[in-house]
Amino acid sequence: MKSHVWRPLYVVIALVVLILIVRVFYVPKDFGIWERGYMYGFHNKDNEQWWKQFKVKYRFDSEYCKDCHSDKYESIMKTPHAIINCENCHGPVLDHPSDPPKLKIDKSREQCLRCHYPLPYPTSGRANIRGIDPEKHNPGVECSMCHNPHKPTLEGMK
Amino acid sequence: MITRRNFLKNAVTGIAGLALPLAAIEIVDPKKLFADKGETQKVRWAFLVDTYKCVGCGLCVKACKLENEIPYDANVTRTWVERYILTKDGRIFADTPKGARDGFITSKIDLGEGRFQDIKKEDIEKAFFVPKLCNQCENPPCVQVCPVGATYQAADGVVLVDRKWCIGCGYCIMACPYGVRFFHPVYKVAEKCNFCYHRINKGMKTACVSACPFGARQIGNIRDPNDPVSRIIRTERVSVLKDEYGTRPQVYYRGISREVI
Repeated sequence: MKSHVWRPLYVVIALVVLILIVRVFYVPKDFGIWERGYMYGFHNKDNEQWWKQFKVKYRFDSEYCKDCHSDKYESIMKTPHAIINCENCHGPVLDHPSDPPKLKIDKSREQCLRCHYPLPYPTSGRANIRGIDPEKHNPGVECSMCHNPHKPTLEGMK
Repeated sequence: MITRRNFLKNAVTGIAGLALPLAAIEIVDPKKLFADKGETQKVRWAFLVDTYKCVGCGLCVKACKLENEIPYDANVTRTWVERYILTKDGRIFADTPKGARDGFITSKIDLGEGRFQDIKKEDIEKAFFVPKLCNQCENPPCVQVCPVGATYQAADGVVLVDRKWCIGCGYCIMACPYGVRFFHPVYKVAEKCNFCYHRINKGMKTACVSACPFGARQIGNIRDPNDPVSRIIRTERVSVLKDEYGTRPQVYYRGISREVI
């Protein structure tokens, strides 16, 4: 073949080689086809580790709270509110008591209304929870002014 | 005879040829790819939602947003709860105000665009709450469409997003039939529920499962025959969402009816 064919071909080959060389250095070592195959498993392997190391905020472990707050723990465990985890109202524990030293308690009316706004829906468990009309039942006042969330029965009224 | 011209030419070609690493021209072997699909994994996460137990308190959504650092007041969330109201005259209403982050504290249905409608108690035939989250499909369409390999499925079935690799093109958000994906308002990349990957790998439950006071949400390993979730899925009547899409979702539901989409 004449050189007028070879010369542009060399340029093309050189370009391909260049791209392949750049690719070797540019693509991370752990990027490739992993367990889920070519269609679903094409990724950086170290990203799985990244997600595993994401910070845990909620412990959701009442036993952890029990050590210091045994009075509250024992009180609530005797009531229907025992099914509600401490952190649902007290917020994520993280490394409390060192960090944060004080938890922000959600005492809003809305927090209680999540369950105690009456929605008597047939076929839903919500119908079985007693509720109040927030517009008629002492509007504007925090529920915990009168009711003790750790002892919600009427004997527990403050 | 060796000329200077020929010598230089050959030298350049030779060096270029040597520099070409074998890995760069590796050809994908189809047999090897099929072999990779073998189900030898010991863990495959699956989720079970019991809609009879859900009361729509939304504590799961609140916990999820705080655990996974999703901006609390932005109208995006990894999991949400829908309310369905079916009336006696055949009308269907569904809403999820703020993804039910604050639960359902009014009987008025949010119709969108600031319009609300109250439905009389005696007109309601049935009404219930349906928690939604990523289905971690066995055939995830969101993963197939990713042009850069930023979203992928781990060996245990959880679909994850690589925030460093995502270019924010939004194909995956369009591809998900369940509307589970969204843009993270801070990192500007695709975001989705990952079954609290950091928690389940430490032996904890997901934030939403632990936050639920009523046990409406459960997570388990479908490959373990003694796992309570696995047993319920095998032995009880459960269904999945949008089965006809062929995505093979791994979030199973008890007690949903055909109006739930």
